[in-house]
Amino acid sequence: MTNPILQARGLVKRYGRVTALDNADFDLMPGEILAVIGDNGAGKSSLIKAISGAVIPDEGRITLEGQEVSYSSPLHAREAGIECVYQTLALSPALSITDNMFVGRELKKPGFMGKYMGMLDRKAMEDFARAKLSELGLMTIQNINQAVETLSGGQRQGVAVARAAAFGSKVIILDEPTAALGVKESRKVLELIQDVRSRGTPVVLISHNMPHVFEVADRIHIHRLGKRLTVVDPKEVSMSDAVALMTGAMQPDAVAA
Amino acid sequence: MADQNSTPDRDFESVLTSSDTSVAEFEDSNRGVVGTLQHVLHGNPTLVPVIVLVVAVLAFGLIAGDRFFTPFNLTLIMQQVSIIGILAAAQSLVIITAGIDLSVAAIMVLMSVISGKLAVELGVPAPLALLIGFAGGIGAGYMNGLLITKVKLPPFITTLGTWNIFFALNLWLSGAQSIRGQDIDATAPLLKFFGLSFTIGSARVTYGVLLMIVIFMALWYLLNKTAWGRHVYMIGDDKEAAELAGIRTDRTLRQVYMLAGFICALAAWASIGRVGSISPQSFYEGNLESITAVVIGGISLFGGRGSIMGALFGALIVGVFQSGLRLAGVDVLWQVFAIGWLIIIAVAVDQWIRKVSA
Repeated sequence: MTNPILQARGLVKRYGRVTALDNADFDLMPGEILAVIGDNGAGKSSLIKAISGAVIPDEGRITLEGQEVSYSSPLHAREAGIECVYQTLALSPALSITDNMFVGRELKKPGFMGKYMGMLDRKAMEDFARAKLSELGLMTIQNINQAVETLSGGQRQGVAVARAAAFGSKVIILDEPTAALGVKESRKVLELIQDVRSRGTPVVLISHNMPHVFEVADRIHIHRLGKRLTVVDPKEVSMSDAVALMTGAMQPDAVAA
Repeated sequence: MADQNSTPDRDFESVLTSSDTSVAEFEDSNRGVVGTLQHVLHGNPTLVPVIVLVVAVLAFGLIAGDRFFTPFNLTLIMQQVSIIGILAAAQSLVIITAGIDLSVAAIMVLMSVISGKLAVELGVPAPLALLIGFAGGIGAGYMNGLLITKVKLPPFITTLGTWNIFFALNLWLSGAQSIRGQDIDATAPLLKFFGLSFTIGSARVTYGVLLMIVIFMALWYLLNKTAWGRHVYMIGDDKEAAELAGIRTDRTLRQVYMLAGFICALAAWASIGRVGSISPQSFYEGNLESITAVVIGGISLFGGRGSIMGALFGALIVGVFQSGLRLAGVDVLWQVFAIGWLIIIAVAVDQWIRKVSA
């Protein structure tokens, strides 16, 4: 039995009187695609924010490759190799595609200008951004320096996914990556997710789209009322059962039986 | 039930293989003149103030004639705008983060009073007095930054408060008395360094003007060529996104206010040279004048947009209008009137340009 690459035990997060995470557990195995599904308000977003460092849980432990970690900012999680695409994308609309891809890990020019004057190596950053975007084949962007706000919703999503795929070394987390996309773009993102897994990087996929979830996921984590209700195998459980579990119409032991 | 999942319901996607492979083409020619202009300005927001400046210089050259279009007058305008220009540089930094700093001129005057008091009346060596002034400027900026990031007060309220606090401190320290130019010359001429000048033909360039230009170039480099500068823009554009993307936004914001405070302290030094004396009552409107220059320069008050160089052009536009209208014999009140319209038009143009994304 292999050990989980990313594990959480007993996560609690309260916002005032609202308990967003109530003793939630989480396990991600190496090389798998784990889908996280749950009703609105079940705490999916709080869960991924906790494991990606965007919120600090009030209680609980998170371990990455067996080492206990505690992130105080997304930057720390990123440095540890956990990359997240948020539902809001976390892109800056007025800045260029290149600037957005490299936020927080800009490349500096070699030599004196980069070391002491902090000068950015714009050319290297542009080449890298262009390479990653065309690797994805998600979109045709004319100008790598155009502002993100001039892109369509699908293209913006593509930039955010490309950013995560380019830098995520250990875990990639995608929150509703296909929600804003058309049929064709969604297919590209799903192919990308499988591509990332084939390179050995595990993916956490949060989605409401059941056909997408059942198509790509190896395991499905069902979140309900702030905690992990159960984990199911998409090959053994039907979509309607998964939805029933997620909404509380069915209890986990009914499926196991 | 399980078997229905073995063939995921994807039939509707099977036609994708034969889907049209051509990509969206963007036909620039269909935008028309106005649309094209809007796009160009969106990519180059500094173009508006540059155009306004060039047109204003040419127009006043025609109206006011020879007296306006002399190297002497043009360099005089530079001198007149140099202090507000430096303050506008500090103001731009803050406004790019979607903040505002109403205390810039108050910090400047307070630091000129502190340096002057120490050097002229207490016999502290002038370089040390200036260094204490710089430290004070950074400290004042740090205080603004702390209140904004730790106490989470809006920048407008924070700096409205510190404006009054710094102004009161300045009156208290100075006893509302000016330090005379002769006394500065006698004890600490270094304080008036930026009033010194050299001439090229009939053009007279002060070191204060050079300081302003150097500050703008340094800030331009910092904002456009370094990671820190890109972070400043991103924070102003969308603070939440910047946070999620891993920028330590509060720390960067404090640095911005501290750097702005330091630039105000540089303006303090330059202002002693420009005015020739140290007056606690001077530059009372400097806060608002710096905001005027920034806004006319095309920097968005909503943050994240505009080039620092715009503020320099904005300050120059104000100077050109004032000089040109004065030389044309127009009453001062119409100068104020014209500046008022410039502000409104500049903000309206900014709003229009921002709609380009649609």
